[in-house]
Amino acid sequence: MNAIIMGCSRTGSILAGLLASEGHQVTVLDMNPNAFRLLPPDFGGVVVVGNGIDEDVLRRAGIEQADAFAAVTQNENQNIMAAQIARHRFNVQRVVCRIHDPSREQLYESLGLRTINPARVGAQLVHEALLREPATAQAEPPRSG
Amino acid sequence: MYNIIVGGGKVGYFLARGLLDQGHEVLIVERDPAKCEMLTEEFGSVVLQGDGCETAVLDEAGAARAENFISVTGDDEVNLVACQVAKHLFHVPRAIARINNPKNEPIFLKIGIDFTVSSTNVILEHIEEELPAYPLVHLLRLLDGTAYGIVEVKVPLGAQVVGRRLRDLRLPHPSQVLLIVKRGGMPTVPAPDTMLEADDDLVALTSPETAEQLRAVLTDGATRS
Repeated sequence: MNAIIMGCSRTGSILAGLLASEGHQVTVLDMNPNAFRLLPPDFGGVVVVGNGIDEDVLRRAGIEQADAFAAVTQNENQNIMAAQIARHRFNVQRVVCRIHDPSREQLYESLGLRTINPARVGAQLVHEALLREPATAQAEPPRSG
Repeated sequence: MYNIIVGGGKVGYFLARGLLDQGHEVLIVERDPAKCEMLTEEFGSVVLQGDGCETAVLDEAGAARAENFISVTGDDEVNLVACQVAKHLFHVPRAIARINNPKNEPIFLKIGIDFTVSSTNVILEHIEEELPAYPLVHLLRLLDGTAYGIVEVKVPLGAQVVGRRLRDLRLPHPSQVLLIVKRGGMPTVPAPDTMLEADDDLVALTSPETAEQLRAVLTDGATRS
């Protein structure tokens, strides 16, 4: 698969490392060249400096040949705009967009974007962890001496 | 008519001013508290501090009863998202987005923003209107006390005069074609039955008042390049 990741944040850099280690062709896009330091040292993909809401930057990153596009910058509105450009202008088949705001998440799901809300996902994981039957060994409270 | 403006910068300020002067109801949504204070001092209580992309803020702004929703911040992604939220979640009849980067216009229209205003394109269009597409080149001004000058005009492809004889043209008075340089550089002294062709360079005597009319006669109908 040929994937473009917009935003070399913690999420973006981990995602890029994962995909590259699985043998996918990965291009990471970020406005700040220092952000690429977060990538794993053995990262075998391509990095491009630029803003993903600019069509020319997306072309430079190879969007016309991309199978997948992930918008995971800290800027929610830029994620939304870039994801829509990738989906509707360049017809990228798999587009995932990170959105924190639940009402906007719903709106853009209804408008055909695949969205991930890290706050919701995080809360669910914490929720599950809290409700899980504690293992007996862990249930022992530390004895105060 | 109730108008919500997102963005209280220069564009938002003058837009609000104009709409208020016309007697319309206006609310400005601005993120920066300092700007909000300044706008409130100027316009009174028509300012809401908050992010115009947030559903809760637009709800508080009464977006559901707004007739026009105009997002004019300096960030295209904000204008896009604010308009989409207003249109799809609050069913605002008319969402208008300012576009800062002209390249973004097609995608905005494609994903359903009703109107876009690209300040860059508006300025460009005005400049293009001011600049004739086929300029008239002033070659020489005669110094005999009259205002006559010698100009050069190229006959563009598709102009109405292509294929017509010189004597059939209604050239403005006073003006006189002195020389025609054909494609390839061959100069011809014009005769009344000389046929005009595309790309002919006409050297003509004219006055400042008639120069523009002369240009128009020789270039009208051309497809603008």
